[in-house]
Amino acid sequence: MVIKVLKPGLATTVQDLGRPGYYHIGIPLSGGMDRHALVAANLLVGNPEGAAVLEAVFMGPELEFSDDAVVAVTGAELPPKLDGVPQETWSSFKVKAGQKLAFDFLKKGARAYIAVAGGIDVPVVLGSRSTYALGALGGFKGRKLEAGDELPVGTATAPAKEGRSIAADLRGLPAGMPVELRVMPGLYWHRITDAAGIGFFSDTWKVAPEADRIGYRFKGGKPLEFVPREPPFGAGSDPSNITDACYPYGSIQVPGGTEPIVLHRDAVSGGGYFQVGAVISADMDQIGQLQPNTPVKFIKVDMATALAARKEKAELSAKLRSALA
Amino acid sequence: MQTRFSFGGDEHIFAEVDEAMSLEAFFKSLFITNAVREAKIKGVTEICPANASYQVKFDPDVIKPDDLLAELKRMDAAADKSEPVIATRIIEIPVLYNDPWTHETLMRFRERHQDPTATDLEYSARINNLDGVDGFIKAHSSAPWFVSMVGFVAGLPFLYQMVERQRQIQAPKYLRPRTDTPKLTIGHGGCFSCIYSVRGAGGYQMYGVTPMPIYDPNQTISYLRDFMCLFKPGDIVKWKPIDRDAYDTAVADVDAGRFAPIIRDVSFSLAEFNRDIDGYNRKLEGVLHGH
Repeated sequence: MVIKVLKPGLATTVQDLGRPGYYHIGIPLSGGMDRHALVAANLLVGNPEGAAVLEAVFMGPELEFSDDAVVAVTGAELPPKLDGVPQETWSSFKVKAGQKLAFDFLKKGARAYIAVAGGIDVPVVLGSRSTYALGALGGFKGRKLEAGDELPVGTATAPAKEGRSIAADLRGLPAGMPVELRVMPGLYWHRITDAAGIGFFSDTWKVAPEADRIGYRFKGGKPLEFVPREPPFGAGSDPSNITDACYPYGSIQVPGGTEPIVLHRDAVSGGGYFQVGAVISADMDQIGQLQPNTPVKFIKVDMATALAARKEKAELSAKLRSALA
Repeated sequence: MQTRFSFGGDEHIFAEVDEAMSLEAFFKSLFITNAVREAKIKGVTEICPANASYQVKFDPDVIKPDDLLAELKRMDAAADKSEPVIATRIIEIPVLYNDPWTHETLMRFRERHQDPTATDLEYSARINNLDGVDGFIKAHSSAPWFVSMVGFVAGLPFLYQMVERQRQIQAPKYLRPRTDTPKLTIGHGGCFSCIYSVRGAGGYQMYGVTPMPIYDPNQTISYLRDFMCLFKPGDIVKWKPIDRDAYDTAVADVDAGRFAPIIRDVSFSLAEFNRDIDGYNRKLEGVLHGH
């Protein structure tokens, strides 16, 4: 089976659960930014959890199916339409050969996951089908989709079921405003003053337009004040510079002390900016669903809280699996 | 040097061997990350050495963060007692310094540079008190460089020259980053040189280009078929200045699949290196050319 791309959307890419093991040579994890929604889409159509899907951001693609298929759309509220007829999100539905799948305007969230029974069958590169566009690696020809692309679809290993859906409490989407992102202070936290540290957690930040798979930028909070120092050899003269080091996923760098950037799945693996800490693993999926201008507060937590949140997230995944088993 | 440890969220441990760059700090980060790799600790998923620090990513469902931290601290303390020697490679990288492509690019972005009236090479020669462009190229290419980190983007090496601190070349990044850098540009920022693995934005001074691809996601380049990235942290690089004819020949050879980079296995001892830096570097170069 082949899916023909009639319109590509804004930046639609093939993603699975990612490509661990190559960060030390600058190749990041990649994979879906909202992994929970990606897994949900796959389970809805009877795929293994880590099958490759399409990740569409802000705007959906228009796709034509060569054969009958079962499809599900999860994540952002990006309403699917089949030959113009509205379909439910977070549900599996049947697509007949020759039908066109298009999308209405985005209502909520940022990234939708489009799973097809059988999975998108692009070549596996370094253990994953995920697209890493900066390195022109993986996915469909190492890039976002373009009109005219023909995506191969694999053979479903389990019989796909239409008409299945996921209850609202199992969707794991950001709730409440401002959105709260839990952060463990650390890394180069000591570079800023106590007052700046308090300000960082008490200010309300807003998602800046520069928000993509590499990282999410935030603005609107007070600039951070640095503890004075003599620049170490190799670090550079700006107080926000460090001797170039690795950047953890979720780490929060603040170039010049002004606009925090949280690195995500296509992270640059290292560089010369200090970081105040990192967003905890349980809250990373939520970042993938933030639109520009969304108000956000960073909430200070410790390791025990981070691990408890991680456990809670794992329980949500377990519930999702048993609901669709 | 007292290593500073910090958790980076619940999945990373970051270890800063030293705030400042030095061969000693780099060497320790490389030595420990090699040891961590060999220890095959369950739950460790990424081991990343950097210039003067390192980072380990782990799955806290498999290993408790505090247990891994204790293990890394133990290995860090043990490293101080051993004499650091590593088995590595030396690679010769041909460079066309002062090439037309970086020249065209640096002219296009002149208003973002500290000195709009000079080229990046002229500027860097002046602020490092070197004898013009030729003197600069000699300093840049005479002593070898350590690949002290691979990253930022896929396959991009950061390089630190194997000379005393007072002989290190230093240059600031552009005042505002460029939106374009030719692929395979030899750049320099702070005390680090780099090779841009792909075309794109950049802020480092630009000195030349190599005809030799170092990253190939399609793995069609003959010497990148086994793995798409050429460099590993710990590799030693020796620049070889070449002229335009040699550059064009090398490009044609790469395209025809007959370009064979000169790569030799070497063992490197930091203590022996520090006893006679120039002599040790001459020996390394001898390994490269088989004498």
